[in-house]
Amino acid sequence: MGEEVKLFRTWSSPFALRIVWALKIKGIEYETVFEDLSNKSPLLLQYNPVHKKVPILVHNGRPIAESLVILEYIDETWKQGPLLPKDPYERAMARFWAKFGDDKVLTSIWSVFIKQGKEQEEALVATMENLKFLEEEMKGKKFFGGERIGYVDLALGCLANLISIFEEIVGLKIVDEEKLPLFYSWMQNFAEAPIIRDNWPPRDKMIVKFQALLDAAIASSSSS
Amino acid sequence: MADEIVLLSGWPSMFGMRVRVALAEKGLKYEYREEDLRNKSPLLLNMNPVHKKIPVLIHNGKPISESMIIVEYIDGVWNHKSPLLPTDPYQRAQARFWADYVDKKLYDIGKKIIWSTKEEDHETGKKEFIECLKLLERELGDNPYFGGENFGFVDVSLVTFSCWFHTYESYGNFSIETECPKLIAWAKRCLEKESVSSSLADPHKIHDYASGVRKRLGIE
Repeated sequence: MGEEVKLFRTWSSPFALRIVWALKIKGIEYETVFEDLSNKSPLLLQYNPVHKKVPILVHNGRPIAESLVILEYIDETWKQGPLLPKDPYERAMARFWAKFGDDKVLTSIWSVFIKQGKEQEEALVATMENLKFLEEEMKGKKFFGGERIGYVDLALGCLANLISIFEEIVGLKIVDEEKLPLFYSWMQNFAEAPIIRDNWPPRDKMIVKFQALLDAAIASSSSS
Repeated sequence: MADEIVLLSGWPSMFGMRVRVALAEKGLKYEYREEDLRNKSPLLLNMNPVHKKIPVLIHNGKPISESMIIVEYIDGVWNHKSPLLPTDPYQRAQARFWADYVDKKLYDIGKKIIWSTKEEDHETGKKEFIECLKLLERELGDNPYFGGENFGFVDVSLVTFSCWFHTYESYGNFSIETECPKLIAWAKRCLEKESVSSSLADPHKIHDYASGVRKRLGIE
């Protein structure tokens, strides 16, 4: 049976990257549709009318939105290279850590990047607290998924690239190898893993993009 | 071996109520422990050190946090009775999408109606809240439940907000029934189920609770 799999994404979206990784890890053939979020295509608006965002996976004409929802769909539809564990408790833990990543970790790291002064200091403290929980979770494991990359690794994976980009732009250390040795190793191991290492967006383009976002944020906060 | 199930929750929490509904759907016996969120128990802090929030389900000594993650866990372990998620992966994805929508939108927007001191936040909150409910009502369509013919995952995620509707309406000065009659009909249909009616708090008690918190915050 012909499978038609399309991924609507942008070149830099960390959420879309999760889906690229999952599809490639499972060896699923797919077509990429790049979107310009300042000029969203009619198809994007049709496939994700609720949030109007990427990524969107379209499988045999049927759309799925929200990256963690898409990851579960992919895992349930294509059984090779399982991303989530089989045990219900372990699955609940995996979902918990992925949600923690989205709700807390990404948010605090973004604040470290985009804020200044006292707000930035507070964000750094929050980030350290959050990353300590992940450090604890890494004990005795190479990846969050164990020996192999799994759902939590894909959910948190963008950090393995973004953190160093943010550190370079703002000149601040966010992940100190001495304070967070296991998380630091995980970032290295993940970033250099097969498939993952071949799919990072171009670093120079990322630096330009995020520098521009930071400049705009500083400009708007000083003019207000 | 008998399952030991403990639920740490707070009686007004629509998130805690979701877990009660799921446990009731599965006919499970459990110990309920009420938490005072201004004086959290050592057990709560130990079982949910990351967020220090309720609800927390403790199954044979192992804790699970985040209400819809708990509901999905319950559905997965006790899968022989009253399935909450469908079996088809695409339908499961749709159910997870809409439960995620309820989680991302309703609570935070609803907070503006009840707790906001700024008039423009209050008005924006009300407008956005009604838009969310209307979108959900459209998604329900002519089905008896969000799960289709049967009460399901999305129904669990949303129905517990219904006992807070009276409070949103009172502070927002609007009628949900006028704006979304089908949604109110759906909520009434859900309340006919024992699992729902035995798990939801009384709307007037919720209103008194909210009023009490507002007084304490100096905004009543």
